[in-house]
Amino acid sequence: MNANIITQLSIFVNNAPGSLANVAKTLHECDINMKACNLAESTEFGILRAIVDDPEQAIAKLQEKNIIVKKTEIIGVKIKNVPGSLYESSKILGDAGINIEYGYAFTGKNVEGLFMRVDHPEQAIEVLSKAGLDLVKASEI
Amino acid sequence: MMWNPRIETMPLDKIKEMQRVQLIKLVNNLYSFNKFYHDRMRAANVTPLDIQSLDDITKLPFMVKQDLRDNYPDKMFTVDKSEIVRYHMSSGTSGKPTCVAYTRNDLDYWTEALARSLTAAGLTSDDTIQIAYGYGLFTGGLGLHYGAEKIGATVLPASTGNTQRQLEMMQDLQCTAIACTPSYLTHLITTARQMGIDWKRDMKLRRCILGAEPWSESMRAKFEAETGAKCIDIYGTSEQAGPMFCECEHQHGPHISPDIMYCEILDPDTGESLEPGNKGELVCTMLKKEAMPMIRYKMKDITSINEEPCECGRTSPRLSRITGRSDDMLIIRGINVFPSQIEYTLMRIPQVGDQYMIKVSREGDLDRMIIQVEIKPESFSDKLEDMQRLRAHIESELKKYLNIAVPVELKAPGELPRFEGKAKRIIDTRVF
Repeated sequence: MNANIITQLSIFVNNAPGSLANVAKTLHECDINMKACNLAESTEFGILRAIVDDPEQAIAKLQEKNIIVKKTEIIGVKIKNVPGSLYESSKILGDAGINIEYGYAFTGKNVEGLFMRVDHPEQAIEVLSKAGLDLVKASEI
Repeated sequence: MMWNPRIETMPLDKIKEMQRVQLIKLVNNLYSFNKFYHDRMRAANVTPLDIQSLDDITKLPFMVKQDLRDNYPDKMFTVDKSEIVRYHMSSGTSGKPTCVAYTRNDLDYWTEALARSLTAAGLTSDDTIQIAYGYGLFTGGLGLHYGAEKIGATVLPASTGNTQRQLEMMQDLQCTAIACTPSYLTHLITTARQMGIDWKRDMKLRRCILGAEPWSESMRAKFEAETGAKCIDIYGTSEQAGPMFCECEHQHGPHISPDIMYCEILDPDTGESLEPGNKGELVCTMLKKEAMPMIRYKMKDITSINEEPCECGRTSPRLSRITGRSDDMLIIRGINVFPSQIEYTLMRIPQVGDQYMIKVSREGDLDRMIIQVEIKPESFSDKLEDMQRLRAHIESELKKYLNIAVPVELKAPGELPRFEGKAKRIIDTRVF
């Protein structure tokens, strides 16, 4: 697998008090750490998107509790902390006809950037690398 | 004022004798000349000779809505096609419709019943009535239309929809009465408020004829306070002809024309006949229908019958307010919804799981139904847009089959209650 492809967990969370706590508790109980996350909501349900240190184990534990979880392949673009960085990467993708479905920022120990769900991840990695942009490797998070 | 004082004030014993004679004639006729009814009576091991008294009616088999579906469109008609002058149709459960046919006489009796009813409600040829029931396949619009014309009232055939215009017409033509569903009156009241209309100041309205869905005494009080008009309950379904029987001005339940319909009240559990005053399931026999007779038709409405003479002078029996259904049919803003229709629709959508719940409540005076649906794990997407598209798809499928817009909530598998034994998927918190 491409080292620049990052596995994200997408978890269905009911939009009701305690639902997120229930998911978080399960992850906590098996000592799984969340590196980055994002919460999207509609009126009656939400989707928790999370990058965790052990996705396979997390999926097994969540499924044991009948929580809906799905693996999604995303990419991470390193973004410099200066004006215009987001413009640079999003323009490259846009020019290549690649659509960004959603994204969220993260800050790691030595790396900061933007996780993006795009419609064609492999192609996105290729155009971004060609343009000289740095991509986040799964091992770096 | 009475339209037909001879029938409307007939002593109870005379009424029963008239009904007995009519029943015997009807049964003889159907047994002798119609295969459908003949076969049914044979199957129930009963012949016209067994029907001598009015109480003998209990020997006859029941009819139910399913009979109309099974025999769609015309297998239950008992007259030649040349004698049929009109059809009305309703969309039925699981996409299977029902069709009702009328001869000239059937329409005349329907109109006669409404002429008596509207007169009892206090309308005369001086009134202008806006008919805001649907015109067309639904029986409400055309039924009321001919009844109101019969008494010489001025009819404004407004049909449904276009609420602002309805309110403008009501003012411009100084309508003194409106016929519509209670839900639609609620909507008219809300819209009138937004338009700055004061019913008592700007209108001449004195009667609202409300039916096609259950409503309550507390709704009556609110409607009357807002509109200043007396609100009258009207009862009747397409199996009977359409809306037929109104309350009189004393508002103690619709008066039934006894020469047209005979009512029984049965214990829904045992099927035993109940005495007047006791609540049970309403079973109707239409004594005069030609094109499509209805013998012991189970209305599935829970009510009681009152044979006491009314303050208005009428002796014709009255039905009490409908307090529920003996089946699981829901009436949502005037539209009949069977949970089986909802299940049928949902189970045809591949992304939908096995569990769903139907929640019905009343917000203000308006019915609200929400359907909660568990989705299959594999139909879950990390993209909110996909999920919203799935929800919109389920909503549009439901709209197609139910003829009513129902909001859907997507739920994770395992989140809705599981049932051991009989599932209780409907939570109806409305009070009638």
